[in-house]
This record gives sequence, structure tokens and C-alpha cells, in this order.
Amino acid sequence: MEVPILKQGRYLIATIQAALSDEDLLHLRRALLERVIQFRSRGVVVDVTALDVMDSFASRTLRDITYMIRLRGADTVIVGIQPEVAFAMVQLGLTLEGVATALDLEEGLAHLEQRARSSS
Amino acid sequence: MVNKKPANVPQPPSTQSTELLRELVAHLREHRTQLREEWASRITEAQLLTAMTKDEIFAEATSVYDNYVEALATGTLEALQSYSRNLSERIIPRGVETHEVVGIVLLLRDVLARSLFAKYQGDFTKLNRILDAYEPAANRIANTVAVGFVQERERVIRQQQEAIRELSTPVLQVRERLLILPIIGVIDPQRARQLTEQLLRGIRTNRAKVVVIDITGVAAMDATVANHLVQTVEASRLLGATVIVTGLSPEIALTIVNIGVDLGKMNTVGDLQGGIEQAERLLGYKVIPAAEANAAA
Repeated sequence: MEVPILKQGRYLIATIQAALSDEDLLHLRRALLERVIQFRSRGVVVDVTALDVMDSFASRTLRDITYMIRLRGADTVIVGIQPEVAFAMVQLGLTLEGVATALDLEEGLAHLEQRARSSS
Repeated sequence: MVNKKPANVPQPPSTQSTELLRELVAHLREHRTQLREEWASRITEAQLLTAMTKDEIFAEATSVYDNYVEALATGTLEALQSYSRNLSERIIPRGVETHEVVGIVLLLRDVLARSLFAKYQGDFTKLNRILDAYEPAANRIANTVAVGFVQERERVIRQQQEAIRELSTPVLQVRERLLILPIIGVIDPQRARQLTEQLLRGIRTNRAKVVVIDITGVAAMDATVANHLVQTVEASRLLGATVIVTGLSPEIALTIVNIGVDLGKMNTVGDLQGGIEQAERLLGYKVIPAAEANAAA
């Protein structure tokens, strides 16, 4: 299942709508990188509200996406992790270190705005 | 001889004991007043149910007696079960203890057995058969009443534990997007789990950005709980909230250093005031005295 990637000004918004296979995740990674380059985006929001599980591959891929996008000079923020998912992840040791997180899409965009302001 | 049942063909035991029980029930109904009074006086004598007045004991004794006989007559325990639940509900708040309930039911059994002895003392075979029918039924009844009482008590205890747990971990909003979570008392793994759940849910519903967890009121903490605290902090971060832990006692600080829990990921501030001040800074608030603000304006 493909993840839709929306362009909103200088930001990209990817909303994951159902559980993703490993292949889907790799596809998302490539697609996001291409779009960031194509649109010269400043930030990316990945919305995982719909996910009720996050395995180690998914969280590692999300971290990789964040790092790769940072290498292109843009920020990534993961939003909408459910409380139960968050605690399960922590217990599995998947803490998304170095990755920005926010409560929901609105918060995520606010975070990116703030980053943009502080860097300019 | 034809229409009389031959003696060497035994009737099925159930019919036989049913018949005996019927006779027994008739006897108990007939002597209701006397047996009931005797039972009530035995209860008073044994100093059971001291929390209740004599009249109350007599009134309860009457309805227990009737229910008891009813259970013997019908062989079903449901009515008695619901009655004993109901009774327990009424008497538990008055401080009636388990041994008293068991005691009075056993007393009733004894009183009734005595009266059976008195009635059939001339005919030992009959007495034996009556007792064979009576004893299992009576024991089942005693069991039902006692179990009903204990279950009711356990239900009350569970309810209270639930209430205490709910009360023990309030998640409070002090400012827009700032929550505090004061923890007081001992944290066991179960409470720690519940605390985490409430906090994470609170972060979502209040859209919190900063949380101050104050553990001034926690005297000690073992490795499991300390680890759990670290996990809670990390999980909160995944929801986009920053956690500040305040009020670590020297003992807890020592435990944490000794067991090597990684507190590097944690934001700690000495006391609650300092924690709230830092939280306000993170949220972009600046608290100044009104006089100063007026002078600046």
C-alpha cells in the first residue's frame, strides 16, 4: 500500500494510513527523499496516527528517513504515535533517538516552523 | 404383598433422600418459631454479630432461617446465594467479620441437627437416613453463605483498591500545555504501569508539551520501577512531550547511581518549583511580579 505524500508549501506531509509491509516502508523512504529533492522542501511530517503497532524495522526505517533527510538539509518530525504504541516501543528499546516527535500534525508543523525560524 | 413395595429393592437414592428432605423441611417449618429463637439466643450467647442489636439479629435470623429452609426444600441455591450476597452487602459496612458469618451458619446447622436428634431419637435408622440427607445439603448451604460473604468482601476490597489507585496518581494541568504529576507513596510495578498509562493519556487529551513528574513524596524506588520511570520519560517524548523529573531524594539518587539506570536521557531539577520554572521557560512563559511588569509598560 502506497503512502500518499502531500506538498504543503515548503513542507511535505506523509500520512501512513494502514499497517505497512517492509517493502512499503522502503518505498516510502525512497519516495520521500525524491520529493524532498524535487520540491526543495524544508521539512517533512510523517503521520503515524493510524498505526497501532510499530516494529523494529518500521522504527529503524523512520529513523533512517530522518537522518537521510537531514543530510539534504531538511527536518523531519514523526507525529501521532499512540500512547500504547509509544510505551510498547520503549519497552522494546525502540526510542527513535535523535528523531523529533510531536503530538499530531498541527504540532509537527508548528515544530518545523519554529526550527525554520530559529535557523534563519 | 403385591401392592406393597418389596423391601429388598432399594429406591433410587435421590428420590429417597428427596422424600426425607421433604419430611425434614416439614419439621423445620412446623417448629420455625422455636428453632429460630433458639438459634438467635445461641448467636447472642456465642457473642457473634456484636455489631448488631438483638432485634436486628432476630430479624436477620428469621430471614436466613426461611431462606435456609427454602434452599433445603427446593435444592437450589440461587435464591440463597443472592440473599447472602444482599445480606453481606448490608453487614460488611457494619464491620461483621468472616468468622462470625461462618459461625452463625454453623450454629444454625447445629441447632437444626439437635432438633432432628430430639425428634428421631427413638428410631436410629430413620435418624441416620435423615442425617444422610440433611448433612450434605446443610454443608452446601453453609458453604454458599460463607463463600458469598467472602466474595462480597473481596469485591468491596477490589473496589476500594481501584478507588485508591485512581486517586493516587492525579495528572494535573497547571498551565496551558503543562502537566504536573505529583507522586506520593510507594510505587510498585503495577502502580508504575498505571501511572504511565494515565500520563500518556493525559498528554494526549491535554495536548501537553511539558510534564513535570514530582517524586518528592516517594521515599525509595527499586531498579524495576526506576527503569520504568525512564521508559515513561522516553514514551512521553515519542508523543512529543518533554518530561522534567523533580524532587529525587538522596536515597533514590543513590539507588539510581548504584544500579546504573541511565538518567542521561532525563531532565532532572531539584525541586518542584525549579521544575515548573524550567517548564515555563521551555514553553516560553516568563513570570515577573506585576509591579515590575507595570513599571516596564
